[in-house]
Amino acid sequence: MLDFRLYLAQRISAMILAPLVLLHLGVMIYAVQGGLSAEEILGRTRDSLWWGSVYGLFVLAVAVHAAIGLRVIVAEWFGPGKRSLDLLMWLVMLGLLTLGGRAVYAVTLA
Amino acid sequence: MREEIGKIQVQVRRGGPDDGRLVDYEVPLLASQTVLDVVTWIQRNLEPALSYRFACRVGMCGSCAMTVNGRPRWTCRSHVTDVMKDGRIRIEPLRNLPVIKDLACDLSGFFDKWQRAEGAFVPTQTRKDSLAPIAPQEPARQAASAGIECINCAVCYAACDAVEQNPEYLGPAALNRAWTLVNDARDGGNRARLQAVTGPGGCQSCHSQQGCTSHCPNALNPTRSIAGLKQAAARAWLRGEL
Ligand code: SF4
Ligand code: SF4
Ligand code: FES
Repeated sequence: MLDFRLYLAQRISAMILAPLVLLHLGVMIYAVQGGLSAEEILGRTRDSLWWGSVYGLFVLAVAVHAAIGLRVIVAEWFGPGKRSLDLLMWLVMLGLLTLGGRAVYAVTLA
Repeated sequence: MREEIGKIQVQVRRGGPDDGRLVDYEVPLLASQTVLDVVTWIQRNLEPALSYRFACRVGMCGSCAMTVNGRPRWTCRSHVTDVMKDGRIRIEPLRNLPVIKDLACDLSGFFDKWQRAEGAFVPTQTRKDSLAPIAPQEPARQAASAGIECINCAVCYAACDAVEQNPEYLGPAALNRAWTLVNDARDGGNRARLQAVTGPGGCQSCHSQQGCTSHCPNALNPTRSIAGLKQAAARAWLRGEL
């Protein structure tokens, strides 16, 4: 049920995610020092090409990684056909891209 | 005749593919007795129609594997005293394979997958050429050596949950075989082989949880072989060969 290219896409997205998750955690710890405020966060992210790209890539990698991972779990637990799996995978990917994309847009460009 | 030192309560799965049931037998416990000895004793003394498979009795041929107290094992080299629980042994056919009768499974699907994984050597030279020089310490030779002592017993295949969930999955033994050939400098079939092991049910279906490795009676590590195949296949994909 898992095409080798999907397997590769999941591995590559994992390799992208690993450093980004560490960076994200690091920034969170740094950001909460001395209290957390919306102004402080937006001051860092608004109009920032760097944070826009980092979180844009993050969202992309999460969408790919999670959608393929869910596909495998659903395939093994419930065994639906390939078409349902494809549909599920694309829906999850699009959903995560939309939600994540909106959030990134909100803190950088909006 | 060895001296009887006790009794074993044995349950054996009997019947055809669809009418399996456990039948109880009492068998004398002897020193250095193997599970295969127990099955043979039952067949000779209590149940002449009992069907099971074995050949070498010394761990070479790979034909005697069965499920013993829930775990796949080579029965000719599993000592009763090591596997018995509270004086009891339950003996069943291997998992993930269709039963023919009693303890005998149909292994054709298992071996078909060796073919599907391009597990046959593809020669690149003729008998007129001289022998290929391969140094024992070469990494590829070492990787091949690590997986070469497989006796085709299907213990790993029976232990593999990925096979259970996806009957199309080639499984640890066939993929381990493919990996030994990927590392064979004399072989010319790698492009087709890497395509075969990344097709439907290919190496990407492995969870790397090492059920195969922890049960292989020859202490092989099919999980590592499959990880090697994944890497080799990823490189082939980058070269545009998949
Ligand atoms: S490591 Fe892979 S081949 Fe081995 S038992 Fe697990 S899924 Fe099967
Ligand atoms: S890899 Fe080990 S368990 Fe699997 S068939 Fe070969 S010898 Fe048996
Ligand atoms: S009978 Fe040959 S390996 Fe057990």
